Amino acid sequence: MTQASPLTAPDHLLRSAADDEARYEPSLATAGDYIALLKPRVMSLVIFTALVGLVIAPGQMHPVLGFTALLCIAVGAGAAGALNMWYEADIDAVMERTANRPLPAGRIGRDEALAFGLILAVFAVVTMGLMVDVLAAGLLAFTIFFYAVVYTMGLKRFTPQNIVIGGAAGAFPPVIGWAAATGTIGLEPVLLFLIIFFWTPPHFWALSLSRAADYARAGVPMLPVVAGAGETKRQIVIYSAIMLPVGMSPWLAGFAGAAYGVLSFTAGAIMLALAIRLVRRDGAPADRVAKQLFGFSILYLFTLFAVLLLEYSFGMTFGRLPW
Amino acid sequence: MADKNDNGIVLTEAQKRARRSRSIAIAITLGTLVILFYVITLVKGPGVLNRPL
Repeated sequence: MTQASPLTAPDHLLRSAADDEARYEPSLATAGDYIALLKPRVMSLVIFTALVGLVIAPGQMHPVLGFTALLCIAVGAGAAGALNMWYEADIDAVMERTANRPLPAGRIGRDEALAFGLILAVFAVVTMGLMVDVLAAGLLAFTIFFYAVVYTMGLKRFTPQNIVIGGAAGAFPPVIGWAAATGTIGLEPVLLFLIIFFWTPPHFWALSLSRAADYARAGVPMLPVVAGAGETKRQIVIYSAIMLPVGMSPWLAGFAGAAYGVLSFTAGAIMLALAIRLVRRDGAPADRVAKQLFGFSILYLFTLFAVLLLEYSFGMTFGRLPW
Repeated sequence: MADKNDNGIVLTEAQKRARRSRSIAIAITLGTLVILFYVITLVKGPGVLNRPL
């Protein structure tokens, strides 16, 4: 260790010229890299489910304000994604699926990602609060906090229930959409919340079954890593069984029509059948069924929300239960 | 890597392309926001920020 002169900072606080050069090296990040930080595929599902929450809400909302609400929800979701990538750069670097993300690939620095996520989060919440609704802004802030702090920093690295509890973050958008339109929270958005909440574990566990080695290498305690494939498959069946009535709940509660009732029952039954088939398979055939289940789960959620959207957009009330 | 000479840092072609891409994205974003906030002002009227809490 060199002797620090009285007029210079201690060695550990001094940055070398090489550090400075690396820090101020002009960036190679393109606009596309920053868009990738927003997790656009997740964002598209968030926008879609929020749109459904907004459309089924009672009353009229000016289209410009509706668009603004969706923009804020999308930007808020993107901010949460950026903060997630900022915190998880070490995990992403060792996982095959995520190794080419902008941070682990070195195209964007961690400080840049953190600043980008924080600025977008504040912008989305403040704009929602000032232009649309304060309750919706509060829910949006809570959702970003829940995903970036509770899930990413807390649950993900410490418990195999990470996806179960963390799934709440992805379930909030329809509630925020409803709140943006009405300023309140009702039974309808709560049921939509529950659909996404119970859908998330079997969806992610089906994916993680075939990527258990990746998660194990990264030290993430996903259920297949901690409890094994057998227990994960059993949990997938349990959640898929719960999904069947929960998926049908909008029809049972009387705010969705017969088309929704039939489709939600059929899709829920197929999902449960795939889950049961998964339990009965091992090895490569089980991997194939897990991939089918993962793919179908996306179609399942999209179908349920799309039917609700169509029913409300075209005033289809046929087959609604009378209560 | 950028070259350093007496004129300061000289960007490589790749760095120039990346900077241009970021600049265009920022310009589009800011332009869109200006238009959006203007339209919101028209929709909500002069008391755009006056709202019950």
